[in-house]
Amino acid sequence: MNNTSVTLKTVIKWALLVTSVILLAIGIVTGAYDDVKARAIRICMECIGIG
Amino acid sequence: MGKLADNLREYRRRYIQLITAVLYNCNLPGFVRGTISKGALKGVCVPGLNCYSCPGAVASCPLGSLQYAISSSSYRLPLYVLGTLLLFGVLLGRVICGFLCPFGLIQELLYKIPLPKIKKNRVTAILSYLKYVILAVFVIVIPLVRLVPGFCKYICPAGTLEAGIPLVTMSEMLKSRIGFLFSWKVFVMALCILICMVCFRAFCRFICPLGAIYSFFNPIAFFGIHVDPGKCVGCNACISHCLMDTKHVGDRECIHCGECRKACKYNAISYGKIADRSAHIK
Repeated sequence: MNNTSVTLKTVIKWALLVTSVILLAIGIVTGAYDDVKARAIRICMECIGIG
Repeated sequence: MGKLADNLREYRRRYIQLITAVLYNCNLPGFVRGTISKGALKGVCVPGLNCYSCPGAVASCPLGSLQYAISSSSYRLPLYVLGTLLLFGVLLGRVICGFLCPFGLIQELLYKIPLPKIKKNRVTAILSYLKYVILAVFVIVIPLVRLVPGFCKYICPAGTLEAGIPLVTMSEMLKSRIGFLFSWKVFVMALCILICMVCFRAFCRFICPLGAIYSFFNPIAFFGIHVDPGKCVGCNACISHCLMDTKHVGDRECIHCGECRKACKYNAISYGKIADRSAHIK
């Protein structure tokens, strides 16, 4: 296993980690947390097979 | 005390699965009253597959949330849900499947029923790609085009088992609204249960879009199972022992359950931070 490949994978995983935190933060700030919650506190008729 | 420690070590993963399933579904009043939780945690997604309409669910399902985010006209891009999936995936990959998914636990318990078993083979290896098709069609395309959560509506057996059947049983109003869709979903759930009795984690291997998403992260996740290249002699006992369609430890089909460790005579397999993925087999 060459060092370049290991370094690239390390860079990718840290970049994805930082990206995920940024996406979460943006999502929360723009109200997506409230949208998810608003959806989840109502019974999902599709999920339970009522349609 | 020694026996207890041995027991804990041997069944550690099972205990984690059980505790996880209870934590995801600890809204006990929901089971009594036939209602669902409206708490603040419902805005947070759990890592595993757990229907948010389950009476006991205290948080949201990431797959259901993703489909609703895609189908909802009020969203531009589902950044929050994508960020959640990305975070879970890059930290743990399919460790989530092996440790933190209640439906994975249910499948493993079903497999313990003494019936003839279907071993992994070329057909199951090919079928393992089906979950990517299901991800594309039912989780992405159908919500985009039909504006409904395609996987939740037409397939998800976890939703039927954890939410549909309990809620319909407890509510006369819901019972009166049962139609073909409910019958179809119960059929799919029953089929899944039957197949899981004879084929290890069949839903995870062939159907689950959430497992498909996390599988993309398996090669780069921070934490999981890995092989010490210094100790590995390339005997492949690990792969022969594995019940999933893995080609090497830690690949996209690996759920990091650790069963391969029991087969390895050289103590080459362990959990931890994954420093180097590709030096597996000599």
